[in-house]
Amino acid sequence: MSVLVNKDTKIICQGITGKAGLFHSQQCREYGSQIVGGVTPGKGGQTVDGFPVWNSCYEAVKKSSATVSMVFVPPLFAADAVMEAFDAGIELVVCITEGIPVFDMLKVKRFIESRNVQRAGLGQEPLRMIGPNCPGIMSSDECKIGIMPGYIHKKGKVGIISRSGTLTYEAVHQCTQLGMGQSTCIGIGGDPIQGMNFIDCLELLNGDKQTEAIVMIGEIGGSAEEEAAAWIKANCKKPVVAFIAGKTAPPGRRMGHAGAIISGGKGTAGSKVKALKAAGIAVADSPAVIGQTLKELIS
Amino acid sequence: MKVHEHQAKQLLNGHGIEIPNGYVAFTEEEALEAGKKLQAKGIENFVVKAQIHAGGRGKGGGVKLARSLDELKTTVSQILGMTLVTHQTGPEGQLVRRLWIEEANPPRQESYFSLIMDRTNRCVSLLAAAEGGMDIEEMAEKSPEKLLSMTIDPLAGWQPYHSRRLFDFLGYSKETAAKRLFKESSKLFSQLYDFFVQKDCSMLELNPLCLCGEGEATKLILLDAKLNFDENALPRHPELLELRDLDEEDPKEVEASKYDLNFISLDGNIGCMVNGAGLAMATMDNIKAYGGEPANFLDVGGGATVEKVCAAFKIILSDSKVKAIFVNIFGGIMKCDVIANGIVTAAKEVSLAVPLVVRLEGTNVKAGREILQKSGLDLITADSLNDGSQKVVAAMQGAKS
Repeated sequence: MSVLVNKDTKIICQGITGKAGLFHSQQCREYGSQIVGGVTPGKGGQTVDGFPVWNSCYEAVKKSSATVSMVFVPPLFAADAVMEAFDAGIELVVCITEGIPVFDMLKVKRFIESRNVQRAGLGQEPLRMIGPNCPGIMSSDECKIGIMPGYIHKKGKVGIISRSGTLTYEAVHQCTQLGMGQSTCIGIGGDPIQGMNFIDCLELLNGDKQTEAIVMIGEIGGSAEEEAAAWIKANCKKPVVAFIAGKTAPPGRRMGHAGAIISGGKGTAGSKVKALKAAGIAVADSPAVIGQTLKELIS
Repeated sequence: MKVHEHQAKQLLNGHGIEIPNGYVAFTEEEALEAGKKLQAKGIENFVVKAQIHAGGRGKGGGVKLARSLDELKTTVSQILGMTLVTHQTGPEGQLVRRLWIEEANPPRQESYFSLIMDRTNRCVSLLAAAEGGMDIEEMAEKSPEKLLSMTIDPLAGWQPYHSRRLFDFLGYSKETAAKRLFKESSKLFSQLYDFFVQKDCSMLELNPLCLCGEGEATKLILLDAKLNFDENALPRHPELLELRDLDEEDPKEVEASKYDLNFISLDGNIGCMVNGAGLAMATMDNIKAYGGEPANFLDVGGGATVEKVCAAFKIILSDSKVKAIFVNIFGGIMKCDVIANGIVTAAKEVSLAVPLVVRLEGTNVKAGREILQKSGLDLITADSLNDGSQKVVAAMQGAKS
């Protein structure tokens, strides 16, 4: 079993009439994902390359029974789109959009949290969001939701969680080349305020039967890696390999990702590596040896 | 995005917040004019404040008192055009191109007040101290009990209890004019929070926020103001974009931003061109691990066109320290053959004179590598990130000797 998504998952794309939205919907469909259509307000009724377009998520969910939405809506309108999706009954939003204002994400975060308090009371599964500013989620050979290159993935037992897109590809590629396939890869994104964090994903992979080892790729900024290290030490039953990018990053500068910044001496690669090692986690010294480190650990 | 102190104060003033009387000046004439205008308001003493984005201006000699127009003239001539070195500018300093001439308000009590976008608590947080004008990070480290930290729920917003607690913590309740000050400070604090949210700030800092004057005449004065805005939100605040001062930024970074390239200048001599922010950071780390020093961080993004790659090469090469370049591309959706063509065209167009190491991986990698080999360009190809890092460090050492 993969986590969160599989071959039966029904997906809509919000922003499907945009260039990126359509292109990646096609790519996901080609990989085998069930993209059942898309939403663009004001453009309902059309069909783009075989995908039906609806005016709203309410309509889309009613007509297609989709439970997941992949969001390619422009940054200033993305928060609204995400909240509409959840209100319409979508349970998992994968938000690829980069550049969403931080305050908008704060509101989305509170929106999800308050809904989840109600859902917990009713015994329902929580609403989940992956991203924003992320490559998406991929259960090898079953379902790809996002922008990652499908062909480098191979079905297997390694779960991967990462704040960076291309570094995820690097890790996947190395694992595949060394004969270690993947269960589910989750790109949690490079923004300071995000949906699922490392711990949310670790909990799922830790409980997943298909997953036997976990790769966690972090970077400078914030304290999510330190918190994850403590969680792993206390809860994780599976071997974990970590890598942290940004050892040479100067303080106070935003390294491409909005969340990748060392501020007030906090969030350095050094402090993260130290916390991970103290929790007994194998840390790859170089991004080139993530796969190798994992292989040595599990053999 | 950072703005100058005078812009921060003027923005706050536009939001209904009282600021000290002052004028911006780009020349000595304008500075004198500002002094005369202040004099006309009955103001005798002036403070001349250098306007650069870096902090620590006072200690660096960029903030001075002038007690007359003559003194103002001398002070202005000292500060305007000086290269101000502070702990934040680095040893090369920053040229002072503009001044803020303000009425002098000798503070009786200095406090620290800031609002920040707090990623850990996922809300806006306020930080305050009854002692101002000092390094707040140092204070947080050495005497955290002197700091007040409170969170503000993004949905509920600023509440009167925030104001009451802050008022007591800053010691304002002991003032003779406490009753009036309570009204004024409560209004000020909630206005500051509203401004922070409306304008999508990432940081608002008053260091110091002061009490000036005695007894009943005591006034709350924003002696300094610093603002930083969330760059993601700038498209909805076009008025803020106009305040960007390109003179305060690295010219290479300004050039890169025109092409939507994420570029940061560093001190080393190996230029880097990578797709993806995480991989770009990791590439820098790897170069360093093999004994090299990266000259820059550069994320060309997912859609690296020939135009973008050309611009990136030109920007990297405009740094005369660069002795070798490492291109590290993991083609995901972007195909390697397209990127290879971009590299070949760009390398020819800029007539590359330093060693170029290229590592391509991902979609259509074979076709990409073939294009590079057949290009006739004198480039070094690498099979992996480690291989590429080793080769570029060796090439740099060869180029130096």
